[in-house]
Amino acid sequence: MGMEGIGQRVVRKEDKRFITGKGKYTDDVKLQGMTHAHFVRSPHAHARIRSIDTAAAAAMPGVVAVLTGAELVGDRIGNLICGWMIHSKDGSPMKMGAYPAMAPETVRYVGQAVAVVVAETKNQARDAAEAVVVDYEELPAVTTVLDAIKEGAPQLHPEAPGNRVYEWSLGDKAATDAAFAGAAQVVSMDILNNRLVPNPMEPRSAVANYDAGDDQLTLWTTSQNPHVARLVLSAFYNIAPEHKLRVIAPDVGGGFGSKIYIYPEEIVCLWASRKANRPIKWTSDRTEAFLTDAHGRDHITKAEMAFDANHKILGLRVHTYANFGAYMSLFSSSVPTYLYATLLSGQYVIPAIYAEVDGVYTNTVPVDAYRGAGRPEATYVLERMMETAARQFGVDPAELRRKNFITSFPYQTPVIMTYDAGDYNASLDAALKAIDYAGFPARKAEAKARGKLRGIGLSCYIEACGIAPSKAVGSLGAGVGLWESAEVRVNPVGTVEVLTGSHSHGQGHETTFAQLVSERLGIGIDQVAIVHGDTDKVQFGMGTYGSRSGAVGMSAILKAMEKVETKAKKIAAHLMEAAEGDIVIEGGEFKVAGTDKKMPFALVALAAYTGHNLPDGMEPGLKEGAFYDPTNFTFPAGTYVCEAEIDPDTGKTTVVNFVAADDFGRMINPMIVEGQVHGGLAQGIGQALLEGTVYTDDGQLMTASYMDYAMPRADDLPSFDLHHTTTLCPGNPLGIKGCGEAGAIGSPPAVINAITDALGVRDIAMPATPARVWNAIHGRMAAE
Amino acid sequence: MTTVSMTVNGRQVSADVEDRTLLVDYLRNAIGLTGTHVGCDTSQCGACVVHLDGRAVKACTCLAVQASGSSVTTVEGLAKGDELHPVQAAFREHHGLQCGFCTPGMIMTAVDMINRHGGNLDEATVRHELEGNICRCTGYHNIVKAILDAASKMRMPAAAE
Ligand code: FES
Ligand code: FES
Repeated sequence: MGMEGIGQRVVRKEDKRFITGKGKYTDDVKLQGMTHAHFVRSPHAHARIRSIDTAAAAAMPGVVAVLTGAELVGDRIGNLICGWMIHSKDGSPMKMGAYPAMAPETVRYVGQAVAVVVAETKNQARDAAEAVVVDYEELPAVTTVLDAIKEGAPQLHPEAPGNRVYEWSLGDKAATDAAFAGAAQVVSMDILNNRLVPNPMEPRSAVANYDAGDDQLTLWTTSQNPHVARLVLSAFYNIAPEHKLRVIAPDVGGGFGSKIYIYPEEIVCLWASRKANRPIKWTSDRTEAFLTDAHGRDHITKAEMAFDANHKILGLRVHTYANFGAYMSLFSSSVPTYLYATLLSGQYVIPAIYAEVDGVYTNTVPVDAYRGAGRPEATYVLERMMETAARQFGVDPAELRRKNFITSFPYQTPVIMTYDAGDYNASLDAALKAIDYAGFPARKAEAKARGKLRGIGLSCYIEACGIAPSKAVGSLGAGVGLWESAEVRVNPVGTVEVLTGSHSHGQGHETTFAQLVSERLGIGIDQVAIVHGDTDKVQFGMGTYGSRSGAVGMSAILKAMEKVETKAKKIAAHLMEAAEGDIVIEGGEFKVAGTDKKMPFALVALAAYTGHNLPDGMEPGLKEGAFYDPTNFTFPAGTYVCEAEIDPDTGKTTVVNFVAADDFGRMINPMIVEGQVHGGLAQGIGQALLEGTVYTDDGQLMTASYMDYAMPRADDLPSFDLHHTTTLCPGNPLGIKGCGEAGAIGSPPAVINAITDALGVRDIAMPATPARVWNAIHGRMAAE
Repeated sequence: MTTVSMTVNGRQVSADVEDRTLLVDYLRNAIGLTGTHVGCDTSQCGACVVHLDGRAVKACTCLAVQASGSSVTTVEGLAKGDELHPVQAAFREHHGLQCGFCTPGMIMTAVDMINRHGGNLDEATVRHELEGNICRCTGYHNIVKAILDAASKMRMPAAAE
């Protein structure tokens, strides 16, 4: 293993350009003759459009075009799709209302686009957008699921009576009911998972360029999966056939799920560029991002857990209402179903589980997968229940968990998943040791002496990464396969280009993927270039989300590497007149085992391209491709412990210590893995303490800027104490499990469990703001 | 339209812009230096931090005409040729960035912070003074480490004097 191979903390190759200001993000793209788009957006959460008058706007300086939803529909630009078909428990398909890229008749959330102005400068477009006159007839709006399913609630889509998209279920109802009938004790809770806004720091942006000479469209976009964007834009939206559309996702400034989807603005910019015959750039401002990026979470769950007299879990029953917002976003239907309910077994042996999920429309921004997608919601339900159960029973929360852990693998849960490997006691032990769990009562007493309330909270999470295999997800209603592709191109001088279908938006693929090649061939990572994010360069791929790039994307690279090595060994054997089976690759050289014969990799590569002396019948060249379809999900898991201190005078919670013990399987670059955990923890702690989306009853988004939506800042967070335990994933050749979402999944319950412990209350809603905490303290004191 | 001239990273630049043009747009669009980023519209995120006559400012809160005649340093002007500024080097060494979008603003804020404190920083001060910069990727853990490390390195020459 070289200095830059697998397992090494190699500093990132991509950093050079980012720290010197040379990153190339979509908004940095500048084309000759480029115009700028500004969208006219609905100020109402629900309204009928009586008319749109664009005449004044069209006459303003610099305006190139003013286009409306009616024209878009007139040009047969397709409605936005949802890519995962879910069936209700009665067998009926989910009920979807039409989602046009600009509303021609009815708007259903504040911020929905109704028209676009294209002008020579951004300011001219913005000015002219002010002059577009839209005559709205306001309609009553509804923003919460429980209101939306009430009799007489405002109706969003005629196709979805009662605002219900689906009423889905998973698990064995009869067995679960029987488990509850035989239970010694039952724990019941209503659990809210607050709606979040992903907020990657780079706002979404699109640059569309129609080249009339070649009849070719190019889109630069802030995407986590450019190939899927091209496929969907071509196959469903009537933008251009795939071979006439190039999608480039250059450097992308964070995504967290929100940049998976194909949004109205990209569709409109492409369509408008062709219409205006000019390049067009649109870049979201931050308030637009709040109003139009897919939101995350927003579940209300009624949960019950049945235990026997020995505190062993007998069954779990949940009924979850998922707020989808006003339209179905690309993967939204899968989040509260196959990404959520399938993880409800957590790390525990739960013999019977029955989950019901109602998907509901409301007059809010569409909701879709956000970092963790469904798994944070499942973990929050389970880990709040376990903590509450422990307190209800008067037993140690760590011991209650330990007693119920799954300890033998593979383990088939009652909700589809088969966990392949894990050691939950190992991560629990590591976390408890690191936080000095035994010493907590003394620290609590010490805090009390200072007038502070201290609490400790645990969370034992599991997640499922690298959604797979394609055959299985297809049978569950997915519209895509979830394999990954790779091509390894060895150049005649021995440098290597790896083309991958996954995409980096901050995860450091240019480094970790190169580490894999370095490990195999013994060449430095600077001899390796990772190419991604351009549909003209990489043939196809599924992009990056759900922590799939390591487990699935790198496995595809490995498969392609193996093919390259096989051919290269044949060439080397031929050149050194040895048997193919005797060739070993070591430190950048091809050696004949048991002899001192060797040749550098670069000479073998050159021989492949000169073609002067190859084995008979062999094609020249050295490049191979592979598609890798995993056999199962991967199952990272771990234990998080939060120790929090509350100032009873202000209600402010300070996370004084946060320990994470994770099992991610094999880590290619531990430094990058730890960075992923840090970021996830910040988002999870943000959800628990700060972040929350607030709508007024009539659908105005009150938290639509950084003045109103509390993003975690450096001062809100502690330094983190990370630990790793390792069981290799048996499902892929590298043993990788995935690490990108763990922090966001495991941390919210740990924080809330610490706060409820400190306060001695059963529950507190997220985000546990100082006001909420102060009220909880006040309420408790009043009750005493 | 007004002609706005200033020194950016030691180079004299000049462009005709609308009076309402923000400094960040002047740098990005008129001058073509895209290292300085825009992450918000309320001056909360700090992606746009540059140095104006040696002090950190949010370039989205300042009009280009206000900066006329001044000396501006952006992230592109920190390194001396191939030699990274110690703060840049520390961000890389400590993995203080992921997507890199907040990074230019973070680095410019960090340089200013270290300069103002003469390199004498502790974790609490760094966290407190990063108040105006948001990073969504790193959880700040490694950014704080990077700044503290750079501060200690930048302090050394002064201590030796
Ligand atoms: S862009 Fe200047 S603070 Fe956000
Ligand atoms: S590195 Fe992505 S926002 Fe900071």
